Amino acid sequence: MSLLTLSEVTKIFGGLVAVNDVSFEVEEGSIVGLIGPNGAGKTTVFNLITGNYHPDAGDILFDGKSIRGKKPHAIVEAGIARTFQSIRLFPTLPVLENVLAGRHCRMYSGLLACMFHTPDQRREEKAAVERAMQELEFVGLADKINEEAHSLSYGNQRLLEMARALASDPRLIILDEPAGSMNDPETEVLIKLIQAIQKRGVTVLLIEHDMNLVMRVCEKILVLEYGALIAEGPPEAVRRDPRVIEAYLGQD
Amino acid sequence: MTMNEFFQQLLNGLAVGGIYALVALGYTMVYGVLKLINFAHGDLFTMGAYFGFTLLVGCGLAGVLPPWMSIIAAMAVAMFLVAILGVILERAAYRPLRKANRLAAVVSALGASIMLQNAIMLIYGAKFYVYPEELRPSLVLDIFGVQTPIMRVIVIGVSTLLMVILYLFIHKTRMGTAIRAVAIDQGASRLMGINVDRVISLVFFLGAGLGGVAGVMVGMYYGQIDFTMGWNYGLKAFTAAILGGIGNIPGAMLGGLLLGVIEALGSAYLSMAWKDAIAFLVLILILIIRPTGLLGERVADKL
Amino acid sequence: MSRQNIFSLIYAQRGILLTFVIAALPLFLDRYWTDVFVSVGMYAMLALSLNVILGQAGIFHMGHAAFYAVGAYVTAILNTQMGIPVLWLIPVAGAAAALFALVVARPIIHLRGDYLLIVTIGIVEIVRIALINDIFGLTGGANGIFGISRPVLFGYRIKTALQFYYLVWGMVGLTVLCFWWLSHSRFGRALNCIKEDDVAAEGCGINVASLKLAAFVIGAFWAGMAGNLFAAKMTIISPGSFTFWESVIVFAVVILSGGSHTGVLLGTVLIVALPELFRDFADARMLVFGLAMMIMMVVRPQGLIPPMPRRYAHYLPKRRQASAKGDAA
Repeated sequence: MSLLTLSEVTKIFGGLVAVNDVSFEVEEGSIVGLIGPNGAGKTTVFNLITGNYHPDAGDILFDGKSIRGKKPHAIVEAGIARTFQSIRLFPTLPVLENVLAGRHCRMYSGLLACMFHTPDQRREEKAAVERAMQELEFVGLADKINEEAHSLSYGNQRLLEMARALASDPRLIILDEPAGSMNDPETEVLIKLIQAIQKRGVTVLLIEHDMNLVMRVCEKILVLEYGALIAEGPPEAVRRDPRVIEAYLGQD
Repeated sequence: MTMNEFFQQLLNGLAVGGIYALVALGYTMVYGVLKLINFAHGDLFTMGAYFGFTLLVGCGLAGVLPPWMSIIAAMAVAMFLVAILGVILERAAYRPLRKANRLAAVVSALGASIMLQNAIMLIYGAKFYVYPEELRPSLVLDIFGVQTPIMRVIVIGVSTLLMVILYLFIHKTRMGTAIRAVAIDQGASRLMGINVDRVISLVFFLGAGLGGVAGVMVGMYYGQIDFTMGWNYGLKAFTAAILGGIGNIPGAMLGGLLLGVIEALGSAYLSMAWKDAIAFLVLILILIIRPTGLLGERVADKL
Repeated sequence: MSRQNIFSLIYAQRGILLTFVIAALPLFLDRYWTDVFVSVGMYAMLALSLNVILGQAGIFHMGHAAFYAVGAYVTAILNTQMGIPVLWLIPVAGAAAALFALVVARPIIHLRGDYLLIVTIGIVEIVRIALINDIFGLTGGANGIFGISRPVLFGYRIKTALQFYYLVWGMVGLTVLCFWWLSHSRFGRALNCIKEDDVAAEGCGINVASLKLAAFVIGAFWAGMAGNLFAAKMTIISPGSFTFWESVIVFAVVILSGGSHTGVLLGTVLIVALPELFRDFADARMLVFGLAMMIMMVVRPQGLIPPMPRRYAHYLPKRRQASAKGDAA
């Protein structure tokens, strides 16, 4: 079943066509990779899905319903969570609170309940903290809950962003270069983590430059060049596709 | 309202607008290079008015030189003194906070404004001062049938002249280009060998200087100055800068003139009592409807 | 002793100490100074409410005096025209200010920091001008409204400085409690997230626009209530009490305080009470004030007493509590 469908999506900035008539589907439960040379428009596609940009043409369907034009927080509520290419944590807040931020949209205590510290609100806080701890254990950061986010290592910060995204109960998680500046052992941990996320039933869409990771983890790969989709298919097929080779290496 | 009255008010608006424009230029230039609203700018403008007064009356300049010369001398000296003051302000209040977050600079700007305003009050007292009557020409010209006090013509003339000079400076000289470069990208400018600190000091020098002249002109035009005028004019000039597009120099000029005209016509057609509110209403409307200003840059982040 | 326990101990000690000091203070003060501290209390309420908007959410807001004015004037009008007792009007004053904030903030909430700041200043000025111009014929123009009645609490009429002292500081206590709980809830966390990075906040599911508005509404509600108390105390109100400078004072208190409730109380005392010691130097006071603001930003930009980090160990089951406490050593 297709969880996410992009249909002839186009985005133009000034005179530049950043995303050009792109269509693809992401099956529920799968891991899909989006690759392409720098400037191909990959992060723009992500930003279109997450509502930070609005398409100039085309539509985006999530679970059959259009999410085009919705604000980013509404899209998170609908079930799509994301991490950012340049990490965007809340630097001076502790690790636990960063993850609790992800939990915010799944909590329902209103203003008055919060102000008067009602029993319901206390129960909800407890449940949220426990859930946040579960996510931190999942990514392996449970021993650092009180440290300020900016003091973590780069690799750990990326893991924290993932924990925050997972805390919002997404059906689809979008990872923007999760392996950025990770070394080999860290990348191994990441690969296992992505596979564990899939086992939880969460669909994964990721952008990556690390081909090793992409080839091992993704079931389907989409290739973007100058804003257009030039290839689509399982890793082996895409690797051999001449257009893809040309896009990355140039013509002879 | 007759045609004659309309033109009277129009010219009045252009004169006041010219003053607003000169002050607005100070805001917009500083914002362009530092991305900071210089809250103390209105008080620099006030100092100009007071310096002018002190020179003309306190130092008896008015008695020594023929009227035309003393006015010009007062304007020039006030312009220079306030310009220096502007540079000092930048050094004292803003340079130490260059690396700090924006809010700290805003608070410092506020603190500087409060300090300056109260310094004026302490030195000169809380009463208002009157520019010497003899120096304010009361000749009334007849331009195409419209009775025009010559003061209006002078103010429009001087402010236009200064604006033209500034525009040429910014666009035709090397220093002017350096200013524009720093306004676009400080880091890149530094890499290109531009002495950013010096450029910023220059910007404050020019902006404050223009504000200083505007202060003297207000003294001449309205005859009366007090230590709180910086607040009033400052906010309106800032509105003008936003109206034209903050950071945009022709925008500040256009915004100033436009605001002056809107205010003059508005208070004539509607009511005097709400005159001051007009500027604020314009400000709020502009920021809601067209935050880029008429000619300028983006102001709101869209999420 | 682990950090969690130390924090609880500090909070408890601070709270008890402060309550004791505040309750006992009037014993040492003459009527003039009791009155000064009534002022301090009202400014404290204003500053605490502005702290939600400025300190926690990071919204540059200098129009707080407008909300104060709305609360005071609504109280004054309903009391003098319709005879409604002042204390019954406390929630009404708050609601009126909150509604005003909602209407006024909604169109401007998207603006970038500096611009929002200027617009809020414009709002205060427009409100003041509207009051002076006797809008709707209700506000009494530049002379304001007089003859506001005193608050009656359970049949007990509050009119001396001492009585007002306890009424106002009682309200302050209630305010601190509510805002404490608020800042330790998902609301307070979300505001801090918005302050740190509002794009990231929006991207992890926080409805930034709605929360910023909520911060304004809450802050305004409390400022409105403070306005009610002000009207009852002065029995006469006029536009001159609600100028931009009032906003500046409250703004400065919040910035200089560092964001914690203790800091806000301390800041209010410093900025409102301390200058009273130097009444003789009345003219130079403001100048020193301005200078102090500038120096503070260079020397200690984070403010006097920044808020202490929130801790969650008490929400975690026992074995995790042990590791949480252990790591914080």
